[in-house]
Parts: sequence; C-alpha cells; structure tokens
Amino acid sequence: MSASPTSLAPTIAAPDRPLPLPAGLRAPAAIAVVFLTLPLIAVLLRVPWSSLPDRLGSDFVRDALVLSLGCASAATVVCLVVGVPLGFLLARADGRLGSLARALVTVPLVMPPVVGGIALLYAFGRGGLLGGPVYDATGLTLPYSTAGVVVAEAFVALPFLVISVEGVVRSADPRFAEVAAALGARPWTVLRRVWIPLARNGILAGAVLAWARALGEFGATITFAGSMQGRTETLPLAAYAALYGSNQDDALVLALLLIVVSVAVLFALRGRWRGALS
Amino acid sequence: MTLDAHVLLRRDSFTVDLRLAVASGVLAVVGPNGAGKSTLVRALAGLQAHAGRVEVAGRVYDDPTAGTHLAPHRRSVSVVLQDALLFPHLSVLENVAFGPRSRRGSRRDATTAARDWLARLGVADLESRRPGTLSGGQAQRVALARALVGGPDLLLLDEPFSALDVTTRWEVRRDVRHHLAERAGVTVLVTHDPVDALTLADLVAVVEAGALVQLDTPERLARSPRTAYVARLVGLNLVRGEAEGSSLVTATGARLQTAVAARGPVVATFSPTAVAIHLTAPAGSPRNVFSATVGSVDVLGETVRIGLDGPLPLSADVTTAAVSAMGLRPGMTVWAAVKATEIEVAAG
Repeated sequence: MSASPTSLAPTIAAPDRPLPLPAGLRAPAAIAVVFLTLPLIAVLLRVPWSSLPDRLGSDFVRDALVLSLGCASAATVVCLVVGVPLGFLLARADGRLGSLARALVTVPLVMPPVVGGIALLYAFGRGGLLGGPVYDATGLTLPYSTAGVVVAEAFVALPFLVISVEGVVRSADPRFAEVAAALGARPWTVLRRVWIPLARNGILAGAVLAWARALGEFGATITFAGSMQGRTETLPLAAYAALYGSNQDDALVLALLLIVVSVAVLFALRGRWRGALS
Repeated sequence: MTLDAHVLLRRDSFTVDLRLAVASGVLAVVGPNGAGKSTLVRALAGLQAHAGRVEVAGRVYDDPTAGTHLAPHRRSVSVVLQDALLFPHLSVLENVAFGPRSRRGSRRDATTAARDWLARLGVADLESRRPGTLSGGQAQRVALARALVGGPDLLLLDEPFSALDVTTRWEVRRDVRHHLAERAGVTVLVTHDPVDALTLADLVAVVEAGALVQLDTPERLARSPRTAYVARLVGLNLVRGEAEGSSLVTATGARLQTAVAARGPVVATFSPTAVAIHLTAPAGSPRNVFSATVGSVDVLGETVRIGLDGPLPLSADVTTAAVSAMGLRPGMTVWAAVKATEIEVAAG
C-alpha cells in the first residue's frame, strides 16, 4: 500500500482513543465485578418465588415494610427541614468556623452506625444529656420507640443530604441571587424563587440518598431503638431476625424488597448524584 | 432625578475612589479592565460594601458617617450584566415580571407591565419560552426588559452588549437607545466600547486605575481629551445626523459621505487619525472635504490633536512635524479631509 494521504488518515483521526492500559488490570477488575454481583445473584436464585405473594402479605413482612417506609420518609423530612438550611450555610461558610462545622457534619458519615446508636442513647436516652431532663420534666422518652427509629435514621442520613445541598449551592452562580436582589427581591424571596429552584437537583438527589440510607439503616436503629415487630423492627432488622430465627425464606423476601428499592433509587438518581456531590 | 455618588473602596493592591454627580440621563463609564468599573456597579447596587456616600433621587443609599448601607432590595436599582443571567427555571415572562412581583405588586399588574416591556424591546413573541432556548441577543433583550420594567431610579448596565456579535450588538443598541433616553432615572452604562459610550450616553466618565480621569459630554471628550489615554480611548469624532443612502446630513447642513448605506437617524464615528489637514483644497479620492478653522492645538505625547471649527466640528490627530511644517495655529483656515471607509455608522 502506498503512503497516500488516505491511508494515513485513520492514524491521524484516531486521537479520541486513549493509550491502552496494561492488560494485567483486567483479571482483578473481573474479580471485583463477580464479587459484587455474585451475592445478589445468589439471593435471587434462592428467593422462594412461589410463596412470595403470601410472604409479602404476612404480618411480619408487612409490619416491617410499612414501618420502614414510614420511618425512612419521616427521617427524610427531618433531614430536609434542618439539612437544607445547613447545606446552604455551609456553602457560604469559609474560614475556620465553616471548616469546623463541615468536619463535624461529616463525622457521622464515617462513624460506625453502632457507635452512632450508643451516642444517641447517651444524648437522648432516658438518662442522657438532653433526654434525661426531658424525661424528668415530661415523662417522654425516645429509645425503643418508633420516634427513636426516626431519630436514629435521621442521624445517619442527614450528612448525605447536607453534603449534596452544599455541593449544588456551591456550584450555582451567585450572580443570579445578586440580580434578583437588585430587582427588589428580599432575602427570603431570593431563597424561595432563585436559590431553591437553582439547587433543586441537589436537594432532590440528597433527599433520595438520605431516604435510601435511612431505609437500609441497621446499626444505629437496633442500638438506639431495639427490634420490636410493628414498633421498631424495620426491614433490615426484620431480615436479620428472620435469618437467625425461624424463617430463612422470609429473610430472602425482605432482602429482595431491599434490593428492589435500592435499584429503584439508583434509577431515580441516574447520573445526577455524582454531579450533586462533587 | 440625580445620582450623587462617591464610591470609595480600598484593598491591598486596589483603590477605587470615584465621585460622580449627574442629573438624569445616561452616564457611560469607560476604562480598561481592572479600572474598577464593575466594582462601581456592585457598590451602587449595594452588592459591595464601600466607604463612600451614595444618594439617588434624594434617597441616601450609603452613608458611612450615619452607618447607612441599604440592602440591594431596598434600593430602586436594576442590574444588567454581560451575561443575561435570566433565571433558568422561569419563563421569559416570569423573568420580566420578577421585579414587579418582588416589589409586592399584584400578579396581574406585574404580568401586564412585563408584556408591555417585552413588546417594547421587540421580544413579545418569546414570553412563554425558557431562557435556555434563546439566542444571545434575545436573552439580552429580555434581560434589558427585566431591568427596565419597574422604572428604577438607577439602572446599572455592566457591559450589556459585549457578549453579542457585531450585528446583534448594533440592533440591540439601536432598539434600547430611545428607551434609555426617555427614562426619568439615571442610567450608568459601563462599557469598554467607545461607540456604546458615544452613541448612548449624555455624559462619559473615563476611569483609570480606580480614579476619574475626565467627565464630559461625548462631543467635548472627543474634542478636548484631557490626557493621551482619553484621546486614544474615546477620542472619536462623533457626527449625528440623518442618513440618506450612503451620506449623512447633519443639523447644520453638512454632508458626510459614508461607505455604508443606512436610513433614519444615525451616528457616525471615526478616529481623529482618519482626518487629514491640508492647507489648500485637496484633489482626488477623499470625497469628504470641509473648510474649517483651527480652534485648538493640544499636544498629546507624540501626536497633536487639532480641534477644527466649521459647519462640521472635527478633531484631527497629526504629527508634531506636520504641525510645524504647516505652521498650524488657532484661527488659521484649513481644509479637512475624511476617508469614507474610515467612518463607522451606528443607529442613532
């Protein structure tokens, strides 16, 4: 073949194909994929599909499902009410106080949930820092109640929402708010009509992440709220109880439910959460 | 309605110290990048704290001695920046109605006023569109409508045309011109384009390194720039008149041939270096030849600016050598020639 311009063209026109990585990376990468998917496949293979409708309708599963959905949703509302304002303020806070607040908010993110549950007991338990005086004054107590489940879940889920909101507010163009203020919008109007719509995707992504995190919460819930059917036994707790109790098939059904919800969450977020969290 | 402003701001490497007192009309602020023009806009809008006193239409916006610093929403201002910055989640109509709604107007009045201003800027048909679907020129027209709708005492335009391509820029400038001229309030137009300043402004402030170099009418600025810098920046000849094909007729009856055909009121601008001075009537290509009297001779560094009086007052830049060779001095009668191809025409 002659070295005509046409025969050179493909070589020149292929810079969008990056330099290949060493082939040795492929084997460990394949192991990682198998490692992550095999357990899911194993569960799906063992799910008792024939008795699935009956088991989904049983009191044990239904109580756990209703309680889980209710508590996770309530925890998400709590996170939105306090987390959106915190996310906005952190996005604006520079300097030492801001860094400190940001570090404190992220601690629950990396702390083992069981530790969170223990800490919650010492703060809001009957003899706790805040829980003690409140119990003495009102007789109200959080641990081992449905409200306690919401508190435990909100504690674990809140950082996800805060970080998501902070990220989207930080990346939004502040000049929109300036133009709005110059057009006569008071600070609350600027927040309501400019900032929140601009941050909408981050708030939604954060809420979905927080909800998913709350739904799967185990360690803090069992430590702070215990595991009582219909009151504090959420889906993960029920699955664990079934697995080590009498009924492995119920455990598989509950696991399937949680997998379906996780996949749904992943679908709802699509590529969005990465942008919101960066 | 007047603007009486002293913007004073000191930073490590940067000081802005500008006193501007103007009656209603358009004040253009020109100067190089980093001269403090945008800082001035932000300070006047209340978006930037500073240590000066600002009073607009008899209301005190900033007064350091009294500790006054009105928040942006308490000032009667509007801002248009280089980027239109239309709220992406609102329709065009909702964007323009944003100001009146925020000032607690009723929804119906706000919508009526917004429609009115969209129509005035020629974009009424876009009212239900989202900002993301607009062209640059359309978006900037909507942004101007949004800023003009409430009739703010102080309208701040920071490089409003500089993101637009040449043709669009010409059209938007033409269409916004008489709305700015008719306004009761003060308009501050920050620009680096002398044509913006000379065609839209009643007064031009030249700013350099945070300080005011000269504040004058466009005509006087072109004719007697105080520094070589001003001469270079805005020292353009400016001729207003009525276009008749490819010539322009001024109010005094002088006729200027241009290279482009236009209609209606126009403003022709050309550099003083495009004006040649002859002692006798020149023959040949320049069709624009005017008899004139030397009015002023100002040395600006390497060149000399000659102010010429006559039916068409002009500024001409010539070399010091030419001045001595021709013996130019005030009172002399000379001939001035302008090349038609050097003349830029903008809608007036």
